[in-house]
Amino acid sequence: MCGIAGIVNLTANAPITEHDLGRMAVMLDHRGPDDRSTLCGDMFGFAHTRLSIIDLAGGRQPIHNEDSTVWVVFNGEIFNYIELRELLLSKGHRFYTHTDTEVIVHLYEEYGDDFVRHLNGQFAIALWDTVRRRLLLVRDRPGILPLFYSVNEGRLFFASEMKSILAGTRQSPRIDTLALDQIMTFWSVLPPRTLFQGIETLAPGEMMVVENGVCRKHRYWDWSFTQPGDYAVGSEAELAGQLRELLLDATIIRLRSDVPVGAYLSGGLDSSILAGLIDGIGDIKLRTFSITFPGSDLDESVYQEQVIEQLSSEHSRVVCTPENIADEFIKTLWHTEAPILRTAPVPMGILSGLVRSQGYKVVLTGEGADEVFGGYDIFKEAKIRQFWARKPDSRLRPMLLKRLYPYLDLSKDQAQGYLQSFFGIGLDNPQLAYFSHLPRWVTTAKCKAFYSSDLHDSLREDPYAALAATLPDAIGGWATFNRAQYIESKTLMSGYLLSSQGDRMLMKNSIEGRFPYLDHRVIEFANRLDPRLKMKVLQEKYLLKRSMQDRVPRAILERHKQPYRAPDADSFRNAARAGYVDELLDPGYVRGCGYFDPQKVSLLKKKLDKGLIGSAKDNMALIGILSTQALHKLFIDDYSANIGQYAERRLQDQDNNVQEVCHVG
Amino acid sequence: MSVENRIREYILENYLFTNDQSMLGSDDSFLQKNILDSTGMLEVIYFLEDEFGIKVQDEEMVPENLDSVNRIAAFLGKKGVTA
Repeated sequence: MCGIAGIVNLTANAPITEHDLGRMAVMLDHRGPDDRSTLCGDMFGFAHTRLSIIDLAGGRQPIHNEDSTVWVVFNGEIFNYIELRELLLSKGHRFYTHTDTEVIVHLYEEYGDDFVRHLNGQFAIALWDTVRRRLLLVRDRPGILPLFYSVNEGRLFFASEMKSILAGTRQSPRIDTLALDQIMTFWSVLPPRTLFQGIETLAPGEMMVVENGVCRKHRYWDWSFTQPGDYAVGSEAELAGQLRELLLDATIIRLRSDVPVGAYLSGGLDSSILAGLIDGIGDIKLRTFSITFPGSDLDESVYQEQVIEQLSSEHSRVVCTPENIADEFIKTLWHTEAPILRTAPVPMGILSGLVRSQGYKVVLTGEGADEVFGGYDIFKEAKIRQFWARKPDSRLRPMLLKRLYPYLDLSKDQAQGYLQSFFGIGLDNPQLAYFSHLPRWVTTAKCKAFYSSDLHDSLREDPYAALAATLPDAIGGWATFNRAQYIESKTLMSGYLLSSQGDRMLMKNSIEGRFPYLDHRVIEFANRLDPRLKMKVLQEKYLLKRSMQDRVPRAILERHKQPYRAPDADSFRNAARAGYVDELLDPGYVRGCGYFDPQKVSLLKKKLDKGLIGSAKDNMALIGILSTQALHKLFIDDYSANIGQYAERRLQDQDNNVQEVCHVG
Repeated sequence: MSVENRIREYILENYLFTNDQSMLGSDDSFLQKNILDSTGMLEVIYFLEDEFGIKVQDEEMVPENLDSVNRIAAFLGKKGVTA
């Protein structure tokens, strides 16, 4: 993977300079530490930082076509580039590199804007056509790689991360309070909005065409589900066989690389399946990496060991303690560029550091399987809640929830009341497109009790209405299960798991992640399946398990799904260790930033200091407030030190000895 | 401080994050007003045990004893705790 950035004059006439582009590029050095390059045209400029993975010697970007009329900078991988190259050679195109990048320019010559439909991969692409004087910006289908843009003083700025745009525009940002409110509801911001006013993001599966000073966007791909009655035909055994073949191919093409490829191993089903698949391919020696939380009930090393033993992989593990989380928290936010409600991204950043330290640049991960094959408890809850909604006064129907949450003692009136008040949310309207997600969102929104009155008053848009406006017309005809999958893929998955917990935590240490479950052929296959094959009664990911049962230890197949979590508030109790907690939650500072109520935050801090933060609600509020305050400090208060002057210094320092400075205090 | 006021202050500070006494009526239901969830209820029980030196039995963990300031105060009274 890499970093890309660039500038296009829309109405401005001032020349674009190497210096402008250099300032943007240096902010992306962590994404591409192997090389940095820029290209200046008369009305456009591209910058690229490279992480060399394919054609190590010849892959310097930008890459151009035969007569240098089409130029591209690209972050990502085109996994079917070998087949595309053969196709393009047969059509008379000539290649000057062995990169996957070069197929993009020739495909564009051949198919115009439809070139993207031929790509199987993960990508953020900027392409300049010198003849038609137009720019294309394209983001991959599920939204694995980021791509932001901003129109500022007659120029379009674009980049892989917002800090690069902020270096280009030379302006410190302001936090968009509607974006903050969406995070405190959905955990993610809905595209095109971002945390910062004036900077937007391409949505997953979107293309922007910039021509004659005008920017137009369109969606070239979206998650789409088969209507009930038209689901894929075939016996369970046949469909399981097709799935296995498809997933094997999706994995094989993701092993294409000129550097060795490793794999994350969580101890859960999805990464274990991938490890099992790789192990069965030719003479590949499996290399795996995992994170452990010693002494915590969040630790999954017992399951990791079972997989390692069965597959005899060479394995490295890194220990993560609450202190490690406190130490890395601020730096993590520098990379996420968005508030987080749990510390879970932090250990993922520590894990990518382990991969780097072992000399690896590329890992396969199991991310996406839960969304594609229906693995989350939220899908089960929705199924039970819908069953309950048919007879809302039933005392027995909600008892099914006990199968999901064995620790709830439902024999007690208190627990019954809790169930009614929590899972009963929205029971009066089970046809609502986002019925499945209401309990989660209502719980998350309890963070809003900490808003300052100014923030409350400034919010003019209901997040649910904003979400509803983004839903496709067809969603009403889909099964409830599929609606939940759509919403999950568009909010939590692309907006949080693939970014704050995915790309940003990988790129923090210059590591490329690859996601076989998010191969668009796998998604499209799964989306044609009868939802009952994804969740049979309450067995999650049924068909996936059936298709892979001989490749995964039985204990892994049968274990109850454990969502990946990390210690939250516990990480910040030792204020001496994380001195920034006092600074960021100081009543004067909280008042000055303006987002939260200083008195309420002080009482939350008091609760933290006494070690009394136990509920999910308080944990989310604490991490959400702390991360928002930290982002304000990093990007607004310290704009000059962290971005404005930093970019200048780093650009001037030819040896690149300037260290990243994103610390608080 | 009366038992009732100590309970009220604890709930206000730790679950409503305010010192404004008017935010919690003596008969307001913690569950119905979404002030406490099941984890919160357990925390309250820990608090009562630590603060007032009592033990809450399993069969006593019912809304009748725990679901408002007044109910807790009455429950503590039955357990012999007085101001």
